[in-house]
Amino acid sequence: MSPSLYSIPGSTPGAAPAMSATDSSAAAAVETQTAQAAAHTVSEVLAQSQAGAVIDELDRDLVGLAPIKARIRDIAALLVIDKLRMNLGLAAAAPSLHMSFTGNPGTGKTTVALRMAEILFRLGYVRKGHLVAVTRDDLVGQYIGHTAPKTKEVLKRAMGGVLFIDEAYYLYRPENERDYGQEAIEILLQVMENQRDDLVVILAGYKERMEAFFRSNPGMSSRIAHHLDFPDYAPADLLRIAEKLLERQNYRFAAEAHAAFEEYLAHRIRQPHFANARSVRNALDRARLRQASRLFADTERVFTAEELTTIEADDIRASRVFRAAAVAAEI
Amino acid sequence: MMTNPVGKITQGQFSFLPELTDPEISLQIEYGLRHGYAWSVEYTDDPHPRNTYWEMFGMPMFDLRDAAGVMLEVQNCRRTFPRHYIRLVAFDSTRGVESIVMSFIVQRPASEPGFGLIRCEGAGRTVRYTVHGYGSDRPEGERSGG
Repeated sequence: MSPSLYSIPGSTPGAAPAMSATDSSAAAAVETQTAQAAAHTVSEVLAQSQAGAVIDELDRDLVGLAPIKARIRDIAALLVIDKLRMNLGLAAAAPSLHMSFTGNPGTGKTTVALRMAEILFRLGYVRKGHLVAVTRDDLVGQYIGHTAPKTKEVLKRAMGGVLFIDEAYYLYRPENERDYGQEAIEILLQVMENQRDDLVVILAGYKERMEAFFRSNPGMSSRIAHHLDFPDYAPADLLRIAEKLLERQNYRFAAEAHAAFEEYLAHRIRQPHFANARSVRNALDRARLRQASRLFADTERVFTAEELTTIEADDIRASRVFRAAAVAAEI
Repeated sequence: MMTNPVGKITQGQFSFLPELTDPEISLQIEYGLRHGYAWSVEYTDDPHPRNTYWEMFGMPMFDLRDAAGVMLEVQNCRRTFPRHYIRLVAFDSTRGVESIVMSFIVQRPASEPGFGLIRCEGAGRTVRYTVHGYGSDRPEGERSGG
């Protein structure tokens, strides 16, 4: 069939009078959009995007992590200023927003990544603001030809949001030269470079191993603009995290329990496999368990709300951490 | 009277309109994603009206949130099959629906051979009709703009 056997209204621009009407309405729509976007002060951008609210929430909800919060404020400031520059017609290349989060387990990397996705969404740097958290298993296939489709599917799912790769160093296994991880890294690099507007990649993991990973993959390192290092929590921070966690679940410490938990933390930090906030959460879960079985033994009593919500010192002191500490002291 | 005023194959949605641009295609994909449809990309070089099942280009894409992922596959398919027909198909998995709810062509060859009507005389003066693509006598891959 040859193209346009006869003229169809609307098939070519300007062929029909109706076209000019849609043209002008489209132009008007663009105009209102720019008028709305043309903020000229930082507070206007923050008010329009409500990113300020998320940053404040981050400050309020997350205990400790002062350097991280400062870095996020810096990044948000850069993005806001970029927006202002764009509104004045100054060239601002799409900033590279890929990040690496390094730190010990339980220091809040995933939680901060979630908030980061929200901030980027509010400022309009990602379109949907969802977080897709994956590990090596989700990216790397088990046989030849399996990796590329698998990685691509994950990338497609993450488009418009943030792709969070936990323990990213497992992608690269230098001891096995035929490992498929390298293929996943190459696809990842390509998308990180070419589709910066479509998704933001956050790599996370232990500090030393991430550094080794970046040393052996210089391409990856150079495409990541922001390296955030998560410090360990101070004991006081951990205590506040514990209180927040309990509060959220409608529990509270009895006066002596508070001191007992402080002591528990002092012992636990020195033991191996301490995972910061995650260890705190697990300790509290076990304390709740002991509280429940303590109350369960009292079959005939009518409990008050007070009793049901209070964690006593005994619930904490029954932990094997204390026993281990006592054994260690004897030795 | 011309039976097909646009001079091109009209299958699926929007086929009587001017070709959709990529941003317009993205908007349609977004619409589908908002309704929870799973998009897939299909291609063929034999767009006979009875050729319901085109070749799948990869798996249907479930769990996507943004049109960029689907557009990525569309671009891949366009690169792989520059002279084929490519269409986007949206599947609604809602219980009781479970079928294709949107379908439109996103690429067509530069010249479309089209179809001829073949009349076959039968017993008495009966005539049986069939539609035959001008391009479909040529082997696969050379059918349009070969």
